[in-house]
Amino acid sequence: MVFTMLRTIYSKVPTTAFASQSCKFASTLAFIESTKEGKIVPSSLNALTAARELGNPIHAIMLGSQASAAASALKSSVKCEQLDKILVSNADAFDNYLPEIVAPLLAQILKSDEYTHFVTAANAIGKNTLPRLGALLDNQPINDITKIVDAKTFVRPIYAGNAIATVECSQSKKLISVRPSAFDSITQGSTESAAVEEVKVAEPKPQIDIKWEGENLVKSERPDLGSASIVVSGGRALKDKETFDKLLIPLADVLHAGIGATRAAVDNGFCDNSMQIGQTGKVVAPDLYLAIGISGAIQHLAGMKDSKVIVAINNDPEAPIFKVADYGLEGDINEVVPELTQKLKEAQN
Amino acid sequence: MASKGLRILVPVKRVIDYQIKPRVNKTKTAIETTGVKFSINPFDDIAVEEAIRIKEKKKAPVESIHAISIGPAKSQDILRNCLAKGADTSTLVDAGNKELEPLAVAKVLKKVVEKQRSNLVILGKQAIDDDSNNTGQMLAGLLNWPQATNAAKVEFVGDRVKVTREVDGGEEIVSAPLPLVISTDLRLNQPRYVGLQNLMKAKKKPMEKLKLKDFTDEDLKPRLKVVQVTEPEPRPPGIKVNSVDELVQHLKDAKII
Repeated sequence: MVFTMLRTIYSKVPTTAFASQSCKFASTLAFIESTKEGKIVPSSLNALTAARELGNPIHAIMLGSQASAAASALKSSVKCEQLDKILVSNADAFDNYLPEIVAPLLAQILKSDEYTHFVTAANAIGKNTLPRLGALLDNQPINDITKIVDAKTFVRPIYAGNAIATVECSQSKKLISVRPSAFDSITQGSTESAAVEEVKVAEPKPQIDIKWEGENLVKSERPDLGSASIVVSGGRALKDKETFDKLLIPLADVLHAGIGATRAAVDNGFCDNSMQIGQTGKVVAPDLYLAIGISGAIQHLAGMKDSKVIVAINNDPEAPIFKVADYGLEGDINEVVPELTQKLKEAQN
Repeated sequence: MASKGLRILVPVKRVIDYQIKPRVNKTKTAIETTGVKFSINPFDDIAVEEAIRIKEKKKAPVESIHAISIGPAKSQDILRNCLAKGADTSTLVDAGNKELEPLAVAKVLKKVVEKQRSNLVILGKQAIDDDSNNTGQMLAGLLNWPQATNAAKVEFVGDRVKVTREVDGGEEIVSAPLPLVISTDLRLNQPRYVGLQNLMKAKKKPMEKLKLKDFTDEDLKPRLKVVQVTEPEPRPPGIKVNSVDELVQHLKDAKII
């Protein structure tokens, strides 16, 4: 509600949102990622929501060989009145978002007085790029924010989410990365009024010898962990990969859920690294989080304790996970999980 | 790389031990640090280990491994540990009780890189206290060097370093020649423990002691102001259910399924 209020105030004072700034038009540059197929990366839409809350007019920037296609997709699929302009550069050089190539371009654009804020998602690409950009602009970014208090005050978790810091930034430019799970995805609709403009930059030739050699992505039909509304997650107690798959896949199928894991499960080879949830993995905040055979270490809780409803199934009554669980069930996961899967299936029919 | 050896710089940070649940202080300005156990930041421990393994396994010729920490005087404890594990030399930049922001740390590190003529910096992907995940990228930006963050694997292939990075959805591989900044992810290696004997020996290894004021030509002033630090909202207490049926019923009642 505070944000709505701020927006109203800003819309009444169109020239400058912040008295302390000398620039004539305060606006936000939002970094919107797209895939090589021209699809918009979901976490960028959470970042766009945060950009909207800042109240400024928004310019989106989209880079890569399919940037123009992605820009059209953005216009036709996202409703964001403040989105004025979409800057695109269709250079192949941007395709893998190497920070050595992207950060100098962003720095060049942000040197203009036009922008007071730069917003990106705190995902792998955002985290890789934003600090480098900060260094180029001699600016300390505000990382992984979960809340916007006002145009210069932000909230971010520290110490694996065990403390919440409110941080004030008096730098003329606020460089921000946004924790995707803390902001809703921007509403569906369209913003046909946004003008698409080619970025005028020198040929984006890398000044630095860095080569993108390839990738090895986990192909999955499941909802993306970061945006799944239900997450089923397994820990050490799953014992091995066979049990992990046997117990969790059918349950996730019934619930149309994403599958996550603890560090122990990943380290023991039950599943892929990219499925790790926690301080050092992904941070999720789904409507429902099912913790199966997870003890609940601080580092894991950091990645899931903002879930709306947490269900824990564990045979150890002393497991710390029960302290954060809304519903806890003590029992052998090998018996309870198949029974739960069966009963959920019945409940849906 | 054939002609020159690696001069590796490993920046390490002293942080509250990862197993300890931090408490907010009474004035709600920071985390309570008195009487709390501190250790090396776990990701930095992985960075130290990787530097030593490159040397031990002769993955590339290593001229020197230099560890550095910027923080309170007590950070020399973690530097001693690094020396005991296999770092050759070290620097302590005594910053007193001042908590530097990543940008300031990167600026100090840049000076040290130049002084040490380092050509490879290996550091943790993030410190588990401020959770910023900034310093490596910033240092690379300031030096105009390539960066390979969240490293899960580091290989030396010809005159390039090939790094497998952990990214959303899997991994990607980048390669660059030296000089290079690498930040470590959890799965890069398993750090070793250090024996008492090595700890004793490490006391003889060099530790250069500098002060923050030795870096006055850099703007190290904080850019952000911490207005307050609070505990996260506690979750309302949950309930224990006795059967799967009961659980399913609760989820139905709460309209979750």
